[in-house]
Amino acid sequence: MSDSTINAPASLAAMPSKRTIDVVNAGLAKRYRAEKRFRIYGVTAIILSLCFLTLLFVDIISKGYTAFWQTKVRIDVHLDPEVLQGENLQTADYPGLVKKSIRNLFPDVQGRKDRRLLNGIVSSGAAFQIRDLVTANPDRIGSTVQLWVPADDDVDMLMKGHMPRDVPEDERRLNDKQLAWIDQLQREGRLQKTFNRILFTVGDSREPELAGIMGAVMGSVYTLLITLVLSFPIGVATAVYLEEFAPKNPWTDLVEVNINNLAAVPSIVFGLLGLAVFLNFFGLPRSAPLVGGLVLTLMTLPTIIIASRAALKAVPPSVREAALGIGASKTQMVTHHVLPLALPGMLTGTIIGMAQALGETAPLLMIGMVAFIVDIPGGFTDPSTVLPVQIYLWADSPERAFVEKTSAAIMVLLAFLMTMNALAVFLRKRFERRW
Amino acid sequence: MKKLVVIGIALIALVGFTSALQAQSARDYISIVGSSTVYPFATVVAEQFGKTSGFKTPTIESTGSGGGLKLFCAGVGVEHPDITNASRRIKKSEFDTCQQNGVKDIIEVKIGYDGIVMANSKKSAPMKLTRKDIFMALAKDVPDPSGAEKLVPNPYKTWKDVNPDLPDKKIVVLGPPPTSGTRDAFVELAMEGGAKKFDYVKNLDKKMFKATAHTIREDGAYVEAGENDNLIVQKLEKDPDALGIFGFSFLDQNADKIQGSFVDGVAPTFDAIAAGDYPVSRPLYFYVKGAHVGSIPGIDAYLKEFTAEKAWGEDGYLSDKGLIPMPDEERKKFASDARSLNPLMLQ
Repeated sequence: MSDSTINAPASLAAMPSKRTIDVVNAGLAKRYRAEKRFRIYGVTAIILSLCFLTLLFVDIISKGYTAFWQTKVRIDVHLDPEVLQGENLQTADYPGLVKKSIRNLFPDVQGRKDRRLLNGIVSSGAAFQIRDLVTANPDRIGSTVQLWVPADDDVDMLMKGHMPRDVPEDERRLNDKQLAWIDQLQREGRLQKTFNRILFTVGDSREPELAGIMGAVMGSVYTLLITLVLSFPIGVATAVYLEEFAPKNPWTDLVEVNINNLAAVPSIVFGLLGLAVFLNFFGLPRSAPLVGGLVLTLMTLPTIIIASRAALKAVPPSVREAALGIGASKTQMVTHHVLPLALPGMLTGTIIGMAQALGETAPLLMIGMVAFIVDIPGGFTDPSTVLPVQIYLWADSPERAFVEKTSAAIMVLLAFLMTMNALAVFLRKRFERRW
Repeated sequence: MKKLVVIGIALIALVGFTSALQAQSARDYISIVGSSTVYPFATVVAEQFGKTSGFKTPTIESTGSGGGLKLFCAGVGVEHPDITNASRRIKKSEFDTCQQNGVKDIIEVKIGYDGIVMANSKKSAPMKLTRKDIFMALAKDVPDPSGAEKLVPNPYKTWKDVNPDLPDKKIVVLGPPPTSGTRDAFVELAMEGGAKKFDYVKNLDKKMFKATAHTIREDGAYVEAGENDNLIVQKLEKDPDALGIFGFSFLDQNADKIQGSFVDGVAPTFDAIAAGDYPVSRPLYFYVKGAHVGSIPGIDAYLKEFTAEKAWGEDGYLSDKGLIPMPDEERKKFASDARSLNPLMLQ
């Protein structure tokens, strides 16, 4: 004990006196290394996330790009006046016409079972295509028309290479006979792949070759319109009041805390609330974009309020003081000066909130928007569904052709999201002011 | 300018609300809810109906059989669904709820059968199971292997442990979660059938028997794979030793990748299920609210479309989607019942 107390000053004295710069220099290499490591961590993190993103995109695009093309079959349909007579052109036997024209292509196919297989090469949508043609041009009855009609989804899968030919016959959806017929059609130039217009122009269908995303896109548009129209003004008004007018007291603190809490509430809870309040209490219709929009408004409001308040806080106090100083009222100060300056930030927040709402399915489950809906909605109260729901429904369908459709729908949804985010960036860059 | 924007927004909101109230007072499309198993069939009919009849296409929500009947029995009026699909028959309790809420006339339509298959990847050999094997492999508590008449926690790790004739492979079964109707039916048809092979289990009192036969093991051999059957098919491809449980239509669509296991010596084929030889198959139903026929346009036409031979017949478009049709006489009976809107009576 006594030894060490005596020795300590002695050892200190024995050390050569170090200048600060030497200490710094000695540790410099280590500090540079630490700095380098730190940067490497960051770069690795970015590379990793980019890798995952690329993986996701490659997977989706490689699975889905074929969905933008569709196999079509050329058939010659004789618009038989015998079949198409009578008052009601809507209910004539159009499937019969299609069957007849396919049978004419393969006159030597006999037997009920084989004929059924043969008819299965063309989609059931062909009959509706002929119906629409006849309804639009009744004067063509009696003539023979050449039509490109969609092929059945199994044929489409085969042509796109998603269905192997080299497995035993009973493991294929198409048997050897059907393959021979398809090959013959191809030799005769009656099969071709064209751009898949159906995908972008019609609503959902249980036949993959007739399914489109237009219904879901319109549903999303109506739902988001309601969300935007409600959440933007309410959100901005709330933010302006809380930030510019509200007195600082426990009550406003409570409101603020609760808004932040709301932002973290799981979205399914808003769906349950929507079911209880909008459907059961107010008696609004199920599956309607109106209710979907109301529920998503509840969900996006906190996001918009928080972003708007941040934008208002970023406006320097000097602007406010100057306005008040030259005699503006508080309302004039806000509407003439603060709000225009904060608006780009608010818009960015709103668009991010909208993008979030666009990708939401959970709250919509409760209010009946996760449903099979064929007709394209024409208004805010028509039954409709939204894009992410369409993706979910297609992913759950047994038909293999829906795999590529699912990926295609994801691509469309991503395109929407990217456009919205790009708009947000553009608005920020265009109107943002820095002090 | 600002005032105009505000007025515009207020107007849009107002128009939205008033049109909503109008829409509510007169719904002009059929609203259908119910089983996710019937969903793929009902949607096909709805689509055909919408394209050919001139009525609007019905909307169909997949809520599960129980959830669908709950919504269906909530009352009469446009805000309640007109039809519910079910992968099992309506229960007495549900029927009573319906009656209490004023849903008096319920028309029951049986539409056909669905087979539940246990399938594995084509990379390995098909399994030849019995219902007893299935029960012993998947139940939480099984009869003591030593032969004593008591239940022990499931000790089996491989199929060979269960039955020496089966391959020496670890028991891995991917199947639906408890909320699924497919799971209910699987437990009822396959597991219960297997449990009955043990006499003393069969003689347990009703509650104990159900608890034994209906409880699936939770030690990792049975993997709950979610409601998405496509996902199960993909996982089976990756893992040739695993078995998956799902509806027949998924086996039908993926016959190049997976094969159905034999159950009690019968392979799950279309013909075997239709003939009633395959033991794990169940009837599918839908229920129509009699009070809505006439007030909601198109319900009778929808019934007609569903019960037409071109839909549910042996060569109908529903059989292309994997529905197993009923025998001719049964079809005739249910078709005439449906068209004359005979209400269901439950004792």
